[in-house]
Order: sequence, then C-alpha cells, then structure tokens
Amino acid sequence: MQNTSLWTRLVPIAIFLVIAGFFAYGLQRDPSKIPTELIDRPMPDFELPGLRKGEGVLTDENLLGETSLVNVFGSWCVACLQEHPTLMRLSETTNVNIIGVNWRDKRSDALVWLDKHGDPYSKIIYDATSELAIELGVTGAPETFVVDAQGRIRFKQVGPITEQVFTETLAPVLDAIAAEREPEA
Amino acid sequence: MRHAFLILLMMVGVLLATAQAPALDQAEIDARTAAISKTLRCVVCQNQSIYDSEATLAQDMRTLVEKRVIAGDTDEEVRDYLRERYGDFVLMTPPLQSNTWLLWFGPLVLMVLAALWFVLRLRSKATSSNDADLSAEDRERVRAALAGDEKAAS
Repeated sequence: MQNTSLWTRLVPIAIFLVIAGFFAYGLQRDPSKIPTELIDRPMPDFELPGLRKGEGVLTDENLLGETSLVNVFGSWCVACLQEHPTLMRLSETTNVNIIGVNWRDKRSDALVWLDKHGDPYSKIIYDATSELAIELGVTGAPETFVVDAQGRIRFKQVGPITEQVFTETLAPVLDAIAAEREPEA
Repeated sequence: MRHAFLILLMMVGVLLATAQAPALDQAEIDARTAAISKTLRCVVCQNQSIYDSEATLAQDMRTLVEKRVIAGDTDEEVRDYLRERYGDFVLMTPPLQSNTWLLWFGPLVLMVLAALWFVLRLRSKATSSNDADLSAEDRERVRAALAGDEKAAS
C-alpha cells in the first residue's frame, strides 16, 4: 500500500514534467520560421523577364558558374530597406554576386526604389506573380538563398541581412563553398 | 422534310454539347481548385488556408493550384507539388508519418491508458474488502454496532 500511494503521487509530477518538457521545447521555437525544403536541391527551373530595361529573359542558367546570393525583395517590403545598406556595401566592397528577385512588385515602383536606395544587384529577375517565389518556397520578403556555381541551393536566410547576420551566418557559408571549389581548380 | 428537321435538331444538339463542354469543365476546375485550396495552408497568415486567405501569396498559390488542375494533376499531385517546396507545413492536415505518430495516436494512447487505470482502480476497490485495514479492535466495534450493541463494545 505504501508503494502504490508513492507511485500514485508521482504520476501527476511525471505528467507535469512531460507537459513542461513539451512547452519548453515548443515555446522556444519560432512558429513563423518554416523549415526550408530546398537545401542542397538545384535551383528550380525558371524563365522570367529581367526587371531592368534591356535585361531580356533570365533563366536558371544565368545563375551557373559563380556563387551568388539570390535576394528576394520588393519595393513594398519594409524589412528589405533594413538590409539594403548591407547589400550595397557587399556589392561595393566585395565580389559577392548578388542577384535580385523582384517579387510581387510593380516594375515602375521597383525601379524608382532602386534609384532612390541604390542598386546592388548584378541581375534582377522580375517575378510579378510569385512564379519563382513559390518554386523557392518563399514565405515572405526578404529571403536570401546562397546558390553555388553548380546552381545548387546551399543556404536560406529568412529575414534581413544585417552586417551581423552576414558576418556570422552568410560569410561562413560562402567561405565553406569557396573552400570546396579550391581543390577542384 | 422530316429528315431535314431531325438532322437540324441533331446539329443543334451537337453544337450545344460542344459549347457546354468547356463551361462544365471550368466549373469542375473551380470546384477542385477550391477543394484543394482548402487543404493547403497559407504560409503568410498561418492559420488560414489559401482558400480563405486574401494574402497576395495565397492568391498566387491558388492560381498555381488551378494551373496544376488544368494541367491534369490529381489532387494529391497538386498537394505534393507544394509540399515539395514548402514542406509538410503547407498541408492543413498533418500527414501520417513517423514523426507525427505521437501527434496522431498520442491522445488515443492517453485515453486507453486512462481507461485502463480507471478500470484497474475500480477493480481493486471492488475486490479489496473495505475493512481490510481495520484493526481487530475496530472490527469488533463494527460488529457490535451492527448488532445494535455499540455501548457495550466501547
């Protein structure tokens, strides 16, 4: 009888601990962060117009041959403005190839926006109807994909690239990709 | 004359049939697009389906669903298409797979355990005689009380 009552008394505590464990795990996760399915998969096929005059049609083949940051942005996107100075600096002081995906935007708005804030992009894909965005599993802007020279997606950054995010998160990924390529060369 | 009339009637019938076919299809496409859209989560406003959501991305996803339906995909193929890009998350109903077993069967297991516990407790109560932990002295008192002779026992 002694044993049973001790055991019975432990049951609620055990249940509490299990539930507390689930909460401890669950509450630390950010539900707005959706895991990416695309890591190490090839960049999806696409064929979309360029944003700027004379840019013609851009396809996934335009991404081959060089590691690039593929940055999904829009003139309507407030957080994009937050990361813009970092992108500008990267385009001015490093040789990182930055490709823009102008998402769900008006062409004229986007061009005005770039005029005003600067244009860090080597190419800009104009994706007015989320065609490429859905292929990439984009849930919001800004999102940035690191695509290697073979056209494989290696990393996805959700949210703005601040200087801190770049040095702590993206630079190591870029370095690792660069290190991979050296033995081949 | 009668033949001519019949032929005319048949021609009208054929015309009506061909004219109506695409219209029917559109209704079917719409119905299936709506049905599939209801099972897909809007990734912007996460508690709505893309059918309910007015987010632009949800609108574009609905367009995509319609396109896939027109292209001849089955409902399951359309869902898989988006699932490949957005993960299980995009499905309103979590799929039954190894990492969701706990989610699907957890409540059932808990219920069975609770029922088991309840039955066992009932049983042990029923079988253990109620006076099991009475002392010999108390037992004597009870016997005496039942016999209407409490005072004598105390």
